[in-house]
Amino acid sequence: MVPGEYYLALAGLVFVIGGIGVLTRRNVIMILMSIELMLNAVNLTFIAFAKMHGNMMGQMFVIFVITVAAVEAAVGLALIISLNRRKATLNVDEINILKW
Amino acid sequence: MAETLVPWIVALPGLGALINGLFGRWTGRRAHWVALAATGLSLLFALIVLNRTVLGGETIQVRLFEWVVAAGFRAEIAFLVDPLSSIMLFVVTGVGFLIHVYSAGYMRDDPGFSRFFTYLNLFMFAMLLLILGNNYLLMFVGWEGVGLCSYLLIGFWYHKKSASDAGKKAFIVNRIGDAGFLLGVFLIFQVFGTLDYAGVFEQARAAGPGSAAASAATLITLCLFVGAVGKSAQLPLFTWLPDAMEGPTPVSALIHAATMVTAGVYMVARSSALYLLAPVSMEVVAVVGGLTAIFAASIALVQNDIKRVLAYSTVSQLGYMFLALGVGAFTAGIFHLMTHAFFKGLLFLGSGSVIHALHGDPDEGRRQDMRFMGGLRKHLPVTSLTFYIGALAISGIPPLAGFFSKDEILAEAFTSGNYFVWVLGILAAFMTAFYMFRLIYMTFFGKSRVVPEATHHLHESPAAMTTPLIILAALAIVGGWVGIPGYNAFHAYLGPVFGTAAGGGEAHASTALLWVLAVVSVAIGVGGWMLARFMYTKNLEVPKRLSEKFQGTYQLLLNKYWVDEIYDACIVRPIMWLMKALYTVDAKGVDGTVNGTSWLTVWLSKLSGIFDLQTVDGAVNGVGVILTNWARGLRRVQTGGVQNYALAMLLGVFVMVSLYLMYG
Repeated sequence: MVPGEYYLALAGLVFVIGGIGVLTRRNVIMILMSIELMLNAVNLTFIAFAKMHGNMMGQMFVIFVITVAAVEAAVGLALIISLNRRKATLNVDEINILKW
Repeated sequence: MAETLVPWIVALPGLGALINGLFGRWTGRRAHWVALAATGLSLLFALIVLNRTVLGGETIQVRLFEWVVAAGFRAEIAFLVDPLSSIMLFVVTGVGFLIHVYSAGYMRDDPGFSRFFTYLNLFMFAMLLLILGNNYLLMFVGWEGVGLCSYLLIGFWYHKKSASDAGKKAFIVNRIGDAGFLLGVFLIFQVFGTLDYAGVFEQARAAGPGSAAASAATLITLCLFVGAVGKSAQLPLFTWLPDAMEGPTPVSALIHAATMVTAGVYMVARSSALYLLAPVSMEVVAVVGGLTAIFAASIALVQNDIKRVLAYSTVSQLGYMFLALGVGAFTAGIFHLMTHAFFKGLLFLGSGSVIHALHGDPDEGRRQDMRFMGGLRKHLPVTSLTFYIGALAISGIPPLAGFFSKDEILAEAFTSGNYFVWVLGILAAFMTAFYMFRLIYMTFFGKSRVVPEATHHLHESPAAMTTPLIILAALAIVGGWVGIPGYNAFHAYLGPVFGTAAGGGEAHASTALLWVLAVVSVAIGVGGWMLARFMYTKNLEVPKRLSEKFQGTYQLLLNKYWVDEIYDACIVRPIMWLMKALYTVDAKGVDGTVNGTSWLTVWLSKLSGIFDLQTVDGAVNGVGVILTNWARGLRRVQTGGVQNYALAMLLGVFVMVSLYLMYG
């Protein structure tokens, strides 16, 4: 039986990897994938706590998050395609029209 | 029937004026058709009404509506056609229509054709209002209206300075009289409490001598007479009428001979009930009239301008009418008013025809100068014949119109015991005959003195102009026959208006005396005629020798007693001086204060301007500058790179979580 703290540690690790990916990657698709990683790290945390506290609410939340993540992936990819059509690039450094 | 027509007699010329006035650009050269239709219909209606009043002996009263109603004061728009206004109605519409016809010919080439007929119709409107109104207020409205039209028409050729000056002079001199008239009207209202003729005269007739009304009557009638003096050009306010000859000749004939200037006579005759209460006023009217008659006639003796002779003649004849009114011969005065309208209208239109014939002369002033006429009889047969008739009529040669009216006036003056005014009248009659025939002989007889440029343009006037001449000449012959002594239909008709018995004062005098007086007046007239004939056809050097011998008198008359100059020195100049003084006060004092204030204000505003620019604007701009500089630094934060924002967010979360863990 694997103790619950291990799950949490793994989840933290995955979350940090995802966060670093979001901050350092230049490719938009890679950033999107990193966000996915962070989401799943959170899912892992939910499940770990559900198991530790014997409460099924966590598992139910995960189902929700997975559903929403699927939708988010679809919207995100659509945005990326749309962005690609406008700018012909996927490099975030070149997509900086939000500035002054 | 007649009741409905009466308002239209007045309204139609007004309507004509409105059409020509508003659509003059469109009516243009056809303006005379509108004007003629208006006055022609007005004349026709007037004849229908006159048929009822003169032949039927009725008095028609038409009340249209109440005009002014205010505490105790009531004035209505209402018309009264009694014998007196019937006579005036006949004269105004009849002569007015003829002069409209004449004007269509005379003014044919004038650029202000439609404007002319607008004014002329407006004049008819105002004049008819004056004579047909049934109260003093309506009369005053008409009175002012004719004054306005007179001003407009004298200054009709306004580009000529002399004409516009003459118009202003006429208007201003008339104002003096109008003020008197207005005061008289106020007094009437104060004393009698009404302005309706019927109400006023009823009270006046009922008032005995010594009553309040009788004592007020002297002041009222003198005030009214001031108005009449202004309007009818009597001493001392006559100076505007000779100058009024600057207007077109039909205007001189219609307004300044036949109708408007007789408004004063009409007004005094209308107010006879009041005048009979005031013997002093009657005396004043008679003496002013008599003096004006000889004063103006003496000026006319030596004038060379054909229209000016006629103008002074008009003043003189108006004096005659006032003389008649003053001695109580109201009927005779109105009778003379009517005959005078015929023959003086005729004479003026005749002079217009002469001036029209001389249009080849380049010098406008010379066209009217009798020294440059002579022998025109051959070129202007109709004009000269009708002019001759007019001259005979005004000179009082029987059986023409002027004889009967003038003889009646003189007879009444004599029989009523006013021998002084009778002498004035006889003298004026002599001078009248003299200057009229002097005019005739200088204009139509003798050798031609016409300048060569004008000679080959000489021609008789068109039918539109000669027809009115012929009709007026016929009236000048037969017009007096309604008042033949003994069979005096005129007197019988008009007498009741003045409260005198039919037959009048003449009835008291013996027939023999009347015959003697008639013979005297005819002899005087013929004497003047023969003297003129002697001096201006046979012995042409006599006038010259006379003028040299009596240099002083001649100059006095030629310069019209220097009345204009005296008025200029005594009234115009002091007023101008006062005006200049006031102007100086205005320019230096008032303007100085105003300018000083404005200078001060400008300086103050400059100071506060500086404060505004430096301090207030500086503060506002300073804030702006500071904010701009800050923003310039701060906006670097907004890189646009999404990852930078994400990093900042993460750091934020980190800080918050750390703080939570440490202090939470």
